[in-house]
Amino acid sequence: MMNKNQRFILKTLLSSLIRRRSRIAIALLGVAIGATVLLGMVTLCYDIPRQMGQEFRSYGANLLLMPANNQPTMPMTEVKKAVSLLPQDKLLGVTPFRYDSIRSNQQPYTIVGTQFDQVINTSPYWKIEGEVPKNPNEIMIGTDIAHFAKLSIGSTMPISGKSKQNSRFDEELTITGIVKTGRAEDNFIFIELNDLETLLEENNQAEVVEISITATQDELQRYIQTIKDNSSYVEPHLIKWVTQSEASVLGKLSSLLYLVTLVVLILTMICVATTMMTVVMERRKEIGLKKAIGATNKSIAKEFLAEGLILGIVGGVIGVICGLIFAQVISANVFGRSIVIEFYLIPTTIIISAVVTIIACLIPVKRALEVEPALVLRGE
Amino acid sequence: MLLDVKNLRKDYQRGSQHFSAVNNVSFSMAQTDFISIMGKSGSGKTTLLNMIAGLLTPTQGKITINGTNLFELDDKQVSAFRNQNIGYIPQGSSLLPNLTALENIRLPFYLTKRENQSSLNYAMELLEKAKIGYLKDTYPANMSGGEMRRIAILRALICRPKLVIADEPTSDLDEESSAQIMALLTEIHQQGTGLLIVTHDNDVANYSQRTLKMSSGRLID
Repeated sequence: MMNKNQRFILKTLLSSLIRRRSRIAIALLGVAIGATVLLGMVTLCYDIPRQMGQEFRSYGANLLLMPANNQPTMPMTEVKKAVSLLPQDKLLGVTPFRYDSIRSNQQPYTIVGTQFDQVINTSPYWKIEGEVPKNPNEIMIGTDIAHFAKLSIGSTMPISGKSKQNSRFDEELTITGIVKTGRAEDNFIFIELNDLETLLEENNQAEVVEISITATQDELQRYIQTIKDNSSYVEPHLIKWVTQSEASVLGKLSSLLYLVTLVVLILTMICVATTMMTVVMERRKEIGLKKAIGATNKSIAKEFLAEGLILGIVGGVIGVICGLIFAQVISANVFGRSIVIEFYLIPTTIIISAVVTIIACLIPVKRALEVEPALVLRGE
Repeated sequence: MLLDVKNLRKDYQRGSQHFSAVNNVSFSMAQTDFISIMGKSGSGKTTLLNMIAGLLTPTQGKITINGTNLFELDDKQVSAFRNQNIGYIPQGSSLLPNLTALENIRLPFYLTKRENQSSLNYAMELLEKAKIGYLKDTYPANMSGGEMRRIAILRALICRPKLVIADEPTSDLDEESSAQIMALLTEIHQQGTGLLIVTHDNDVANYSQRTLKMSSGRLID
């Protein structure tokens, strides 16, 4: 509860601000814009990894599961156990791969067994002409094989090889699609994993499992540790070029947003400092008078800093409201999703606005303290 | 002795020239005194007044008010001393435009710490005594020059000072307003407050008990 003296001082402060409302409005606008950009940008910075998580997944899988202890394959039951340790709501796709060598018209090829419904999720960058195999005895071939062997969609490809039980298989497979990735996949023949297992006479084994999950690099490291702690069959790895690209893009984007925020805060500071300097100049006589009737330098400084504080808090509150709208509008227009508000950023923004305003007031306050009452009260 | 001024000098430099705005001034006054200092413009009277109010530091000399040597105090102590012991009435209009008459009068009271005291009743009492109670909620923009000057005088009294000093209290005022101002100052003096005013107006000086004349920074007989 305020006593009479405090009420009087508060009234004096407010009436002083209101009296110079046009100047103060400019400073307030500066602080509000600073706070708007601060909250808006920082909110976006916090939310961008979440917002862009799915967009980033077009880079492909970011987590790899491989057999532990130098084993050639790992059981799919163990893979499922490892995958169950990951947050299911962030999981976009889990694709097992099984590789083997075959021959077609005496030429050696690598055949890859996979689950096509998952490949689309973990490797969205694959350019597929035609369609992925949906029936037994259907395959998809890499574009290099298609060029080399002069194969096209709809044509058949004879393959022969040996199962794990050492029995020989010969099949005539129909090409339903041609895949182009610009990488090793262009030289592979892709077949549904179950069909390859039938040919190889082996069940539920995978050599590599690619996982696409919405997560930051730190989160991925945590998931890897969890899997390592809980599985002795499966060894998780980060796909570094993907995660590093994501981290690099996010880092550059965040740096840009923080830089813009810093520049705006500096401009805010200059705006407030200039306005307060003008206010001090206008109030030189008033300052001199107050000193002449007993005000100490400390009380003069306190008064101006309190005005700065009020300015900072009011501007900060206005900026918080505008900043939330600003972040929401940007998020809706750029990412097409609503933003998640970090509520602790609201008081933080108001505090930063107040601190920035007070710092901006320091030079004007110094000028106020330098006012010589004897000079300004001469009445000329 | 309320005020004792001894060998006071204030030097300034104008280009390469040194000059003394106040030169070796000595005088004293008691609590019951009403002294006016007269002189032409530039004679050094306002500089002398500002040094007595502790607003300027002299080049040489000593000012003792109520036993306290003003220049042995640091900045903060001088401010507090001025607030509690000296009622200062500056030249011209000196009210804060954003405060009402009542708030302007109460202003000095809030400039130094005073525990659990209120100045409201005393400020009202002063307004009533000066017969301008009707002005209490009026802002300076709506007052005449004489009214503003009277409010400035009452403001100087709010902390019950022992010494009131006024710089040209009637400058720019018409005869009637000047007479009202001087009547108010005389009444303040009669109630036991030492009064020291600076003026260049003979009529104003006539209200005082003693007149000191200044010329070129010196007191003359």
